[in-house]
Amino acid sequence: MTMSAPGHDQATRTHPLAPRSLAAAAVGSYLPLVLAVAVVALPLVWMLLSSFKTPGELVTQDLAVLPHSLAPDNYLQAAREVPFVRLFVNSVIVTVIGAGIKVLLAIFTAYALVFVRFPAKKLIFAAILVTLMVPPQVSLLPNYILVTGLGGADTYWGIILPGLGTGFGTFLLRQHFMTLPISILEAAEIDGAGHWRRLTRIVIPISAPSIVTVALVSIVFEWNDYLWPLVIVTDPSMMTLPVGLTLLSNTESDALAYGVLMAGSVAVIVPVLIVFASLQRYVIAGLTQGAVKD
Amino acid sequence: MSSVTSAPVSTPPPTTVRPVRTPPSRRRFGARERHDFLVFLALAAPNILVIVAFSYRPLLSNVYYSTLNWTLGAATAVPVGFDNYVRFFTSPDTAEIARVTAVFTVATVGGSMLLGLLIALVLNRKVRGVGFARAAVFSPFVLSGVGVGLIWVFMFDPTVGVIAAVLRTVDLPSPQWFNDPSLSLVMVIIVYVWKNMGYAAVIYLAGLQAVPRDLLEAAAIDGAGRLRTFRSIILPMLSPTTFFLLITSVLNSLQAFDIIRIMTPLGRGTTTLIYDAYLQAFGGYNRAGYSATVSTVLFGLLVLFTAIQMLVLERRVHYR
Repeated sequence: MTMSAPGHDQATRTHPLAPRSLAAAAVGSYLPLVLAVAVVALPLVWMLLSSFKTPGELVTQDLAVLPHSLAPDNYLQAAREVPFVRLFVNSVIVTVIGAGIKVLLAIFTAYALVFVRFPAKKLIFAAILVTLMVPPQVSLLPNYILVTGLGGADTYWGIILPGLGTGFGTFLLRQHFMTLPISILEAAEIDGAGHWRRLTRIVIPISAPSIVTVALVSIVFEWNDYLWPLVIVTDPSMMTLPVGLTLLSNTESDALAYGVLMAGSVAVIVPVLIVFASLQRYVIAGLTQGAVKD
Repeated sequence: MSSVTSAPVSTPPPTTVRPVRTPPSRRRFGARERHDFLVFLALAAPNILVIVAFSYRPLLSNVYYSTLNWTLGAATAVPVGFDNYVRFFTSPDTAEIARVTAVFTVATVGGSMLLGLLIALVLNRKVRGVGFARAAVFSPFVLSGVGVGLIWVFMFDPTVGVIAAVLRTVDLPSPQWFNDPSLSLVMVIIVYVWKNMGYAAVIYLAGLQAVPRDLLEAAAIDGAGRLRTFRSIILPMLSPTTFFLLITSVLNSLQAFDIIRIMTPLGRGTTTLIYDAYLQAFGGYNRAGYSATVSTVLFGLLVLFTAIQMLVLERRVHYR
């Protein structure tokens, strides 16, 4: 049984352990842990290794784990079939601008909801929250008709604009702003600091961790976003990476092409993995917000 | 979520009590109020406008489009009343879509929650490396569904895939994941569970760590074994977490798109409600009116699940 009651360790910590049961505990603790990590990591490792394999190595019945060489042939081949660098740049542009504006809008809206007098603020907040319930899929067709009608097909703004409204960021920052000591802001107000000054000099600096959280979640979301860019962009030179990979997988149905497809997967997955690995606390906190707090 | 709608004054930091606001002057709408009014609009209006234009308006548009017989791209549309709904609810395709959606939802939600709980139990111990393991297990949740789908298409490939290679070592033939519609559904479910179980694990872990120590110690003193403690104490204590996960996971899997699109572009055996809404409008049929009908039904389902969540949470808040 891999199950162990929480508090088991608590109990064992208070009692000194015999070396024999210590060793048993180490195996019992680590084996399931290693297994869980392996289930998640192995497909990703396989992707990375396969992205360096030649078609000959990929179709062979004798499976070799390691590629013969680390020559980036598949990456070069991917770049010949789709504008690979362009896709990457497009993804970066859409992610940076989209997430950047989203975070700003979330900061402004949350500040207004918490610190600026206005009628029916609670109602406005509730109306913003409702959008957390409206998935982009439901609004796909009407937004497609509106944005293409405005000439937004195959443009950056067409990709970015519909996703800029943010219920999630507003919610998270509002909850955080409400915990800030109001006395500091009132002191600043008495000293003659206007809203802009209070926002930029006090609220934003002391809320950096929450803002980073919102920013990271927005970046991950924009980078991975798929359905909307898929329908609004048809010109390969305007595609983001996930959409471009669809093109790659459509043109390359041959089993020989898996190396190229894995190179594409590396390009879309590894940047997010790097961001996640370096700032995972913020990302996990942001994505599990609402569940963990009570 | 219950704290979402609470008034700002209800959650002050413990040290500072928010003073009762008395306006500095008794003017009805003085310069300061007008100034704040404008500041509020300047700060909040852009976000609100985008939300109205791209979240609220589409809901209404969908309802309107769903009453049209309209080919995407055509200049004109014929109003047909409820014909699209009648067609949707009587079509044999819909029965199949409902079946696939139900199987997909139950299997992905059940699978990711069950594995998530198991992983959470594994992670809930104080050993070195557990923080790394927690992050590693969570990581697929943040990865591109397209990239993840491509990796697994390769791994599931019946001739050159690694799964087939492993089966070959014990002389088993690879299942025809891509050609057999019911196996395609199984394949997509496996990948979706792999991508989402870490999310459930992290949330279950937080729930586990909130189980009061004294309860567990009392159980240990009473001679309860591990399994007994788990069944009679931990599992009941986790029920709010389980409920939260159940609702969010159902909502998430009703919206699952990327992996289905990449692994099974034609949707044979894997056409869920959301995928049907996409295929009807953008999969070559160009049936805009019918797609809007499917989207409206999907949104109705989402509202239903959210309403259930709110009702149950409301109850729970009361008997706490």
